[in-house]
Amino acid sequence: MLTFVIRRLLLAIPTLLLISLVIFLLVDLAPGSPMSEIPRTVPPEVRERMMQAMGANEPVVVRYLLWLRQFFLVEPAYVIDSLMGTNLAGGAQRVLSWQSRMPVFDIIAQRLPQTLTVIGSAYLVGVLIALPIGIYSAYRQYSWFDQLGTFVTMVGSSVPTFFTGVLLIIVFSVNLGWFPSIYDTTLEVTDWASFKMQIMQMALPVTMLALHNATEISRYMRSSMLENLGQDYVRTARAKGMSERVVVLKHVLRNSLIPVVTVIALGIPTIFGGAIIAEQVFKVNGLGTALIGAINASDLPTVQTLTFIFAVLIVFFNLVADILYGILDPRIRYD
Amino acid sequence: MPDGAQAVLDVRGLETVFCTRGAEIHAVNKVSFHLKPGELLGVVGESGSGKSVTMMSLIGLLPSPPAEVRSGEVLLGGKDILKLSPTELRHVRGARVGFVFQDPMTSLNPVFTVGDQIMEPLRSHMRMSKAEARRRAAELLTLVGIPDADKRLKNYPHQFSGGMRQRVMIAMALACDPEVLIADEPTTALDVTIQAQIIELVKELRQKLGMAIVWITHDLGVVAGIADRVMVMYGGQVVEQAPVKELFGNPRHPYTRALLKAVPALSGERAGRLQVIEGQPPMLGSAPTSCPFRSRCTHAFDRCGKENPARRALDDKPLDHGHDVACHWNPEPADA
Ligand SMILES: Nc1ncnc2c1ncn2[C@@H]1O[C@H](COP(=O)(O)OP(=O)(O)O)[C@@H](O)[C@H]1O
Ligand code: SF4
Ligand SMILES: [Mg+2]
Repeated sequence: MLTFVIRRLLLAIPTLLLISLVIFLLVDLAPGSPMSEIPRTVPPEVRERMMQAMGANEPVVVRYLLWLRQFFLVEPAYVIDSLMGTNLAGGAQRVLSWQSRMPVFDIIAQRLPQTLTVIGSAYLVGVLIALPIGIYSAYRQYSWFDQLGTFVTMVGSSVPTFFTGVLLIIVFSVNLGWFPSIYDTTLEVTDWASFKMQIMQMALPVTMLALHNATEISRYMRSSMLENLGQDYVRTARAKGMSERVVVLKHVLRNSLIPVVTVIALGIPTIFGGAIIAEQVFKVNGLGTALIGAINASDLPTVQTLTFIFAVLIVFFNLVADILYGILDPRIRYD
Repeated sequence: MPDGAQAVLDVRGLETVFCTRGAEIHAVNKVSFHLKPGELLGVVGESGSGKSVTMMSLIGLLPSPPAEVRSGEVLLGGKDILKLSPTELRHVRGARVGFVFQDPMTSLNPVFTVGDQIMEPLRSHMRMSKAEARRRAAELLTLVGIPDADKRLKNYPHQFSGGMRQRVMIAMALACDPEVLIADEPTTALDVTIQAQIIELVKELRQKLGMAIVWITHDLGVVAGIADRVMVMYGGQVVEQAPVKELFGNPRHPYTRALLKAVPALSGERAGRLQVIEGQPPMLGSAPTSCPFRSRCTHAFDRCGKENPARRALDDKPLDHGHDVACHWNPEPADA
């Protein structure tokens, strides 16, 4: 298992380098200039100097190599410095946003908590409601509960999230006035009242994303359970006189979870994709909003860095999924 | 086997129907049989004749719906287990009646260790502690001829060969010392040498433990080697029943005779596949009003189309205790 993980990690290096190059070139090809947000009254030579200061008019190859160095050497050095109090970085230039002149990683550190609280908890809630629904629908296949589940998931997966989001806002925020429609990032949880506020403002975005995630995962859970319920070992467990609870929740569930856990792990990076839409709809000031802002401002380093981190997460969770598979299924041997 | 011995298992008039999409399949039709202590009853019949459904109906193993046990009694130690509550019946399964299935490759749960799976019924029915159950599981593995039991308990099913897995299945079925072991084609999925080893093992276990056994097979050669009595099934019915020597020496049902033509030696040597009998097995859409074998029978006459033959004794013993047959036809002495 360990050798498998090491081999996969080593293999990930060229993969990620290639991905980073492709991202870099693609983003660079996109139309737009970092100066487009600068007022027209600013004279051309000033613009020129600003571009130079940012390194924006260097050739793309130079910028790529510089970015590689900053991303893989300088940034980790800063992290180590801040953790251990060392001085490895020695004031080297970090990956800077063209838009705000701030280090991109500082922006990420600032925005990540918002994204994780809203989007992360939505995923968690989604998974937690999806599993029991999937299990029960399969166990009672074609019952009214299962039929309802099939209908809801069909609707849920064919209606885009932004639509559900807006619908939720209209119903629960505009008409009923139960929950706020805008997420206040500056809210700090200090006491009971502010905690309640936080829950209230999370309610709608979390519901929207959780519903979306739950529909997908519950379907996986259901079909995996159905497949296993028909297996011979289930009959054996019953013939041994095991109770239905043991048969379903031990024998069948343990087998059914293997592919589902993989799907859940693979889905984690897509949380951040969902963040883009959810954060727009509910004005959450998270990573998704940061990415959209950076795209609009042609802030190439921010876009490239965020997109690349996204790619790293996908590669990483692929590995996690494989490892989990190996842990859950004794028949899989990685060596 | 003394005739007077009280039967451990006594099945009377068992009738099982599958209800699917409005249509009914009468898979088991008024099946009666009994099993004396320590006896081995061979159940023979081609695929689809209702052998498995009969045995699974006994102990509530069929999913309901679609299966429905319409009528009958299943007396285990004199008590009708079809009248038990689901929980009581559950404690009969695996504790008093053990089951071994056909395909050892798929019948064990792939994600739990073999030890875990053998210990489950011990913990559930006999309320053993973990340590006790583990000790007993190791004993069982040794009993079914798996060496190095303590180590093997920690292995997963995929680490065993097919024959070894079937031994594990047998160990599991015998865990709680059942009165009855039902083996549903336990060697069909195995190759010939392994098959012979499993048969030897069961003979040996039977001598050691003394449980009664129902051995389902479509291989008459196997039956000749191990059974005390044989029950032949066709179209969800018992068509002939007799002690093993009597059945092979004096078969009376045209179906039994056709089956026997495929077995050249009665010595227990494996005789190869059953000879294909011309024609199709009957549709079981309704309770039969004529002989189900009629369309394939070379001796059929008008009565066979009008009346489903009931089992009748061919000697002075009570039905199901001597030789009986469900057929209208009486062979000429020259035919027999
Ligand atoms: N789940 C089921 N649904 C409908 N019919 C079934 C089902 N299981 C078995 N049957 C029917 O019951 C009959 C007997 O099957 P079975 O007992 O498995 O035969 P075998 O003698 O080969 O063990 C078959 O004709 C089959 O069509
Ligand atoms: S009852 Fe008639 S059709 Fe049926 S087996 Fe006997 S002779 Fe053949
Ligand atoms: Mg069968």
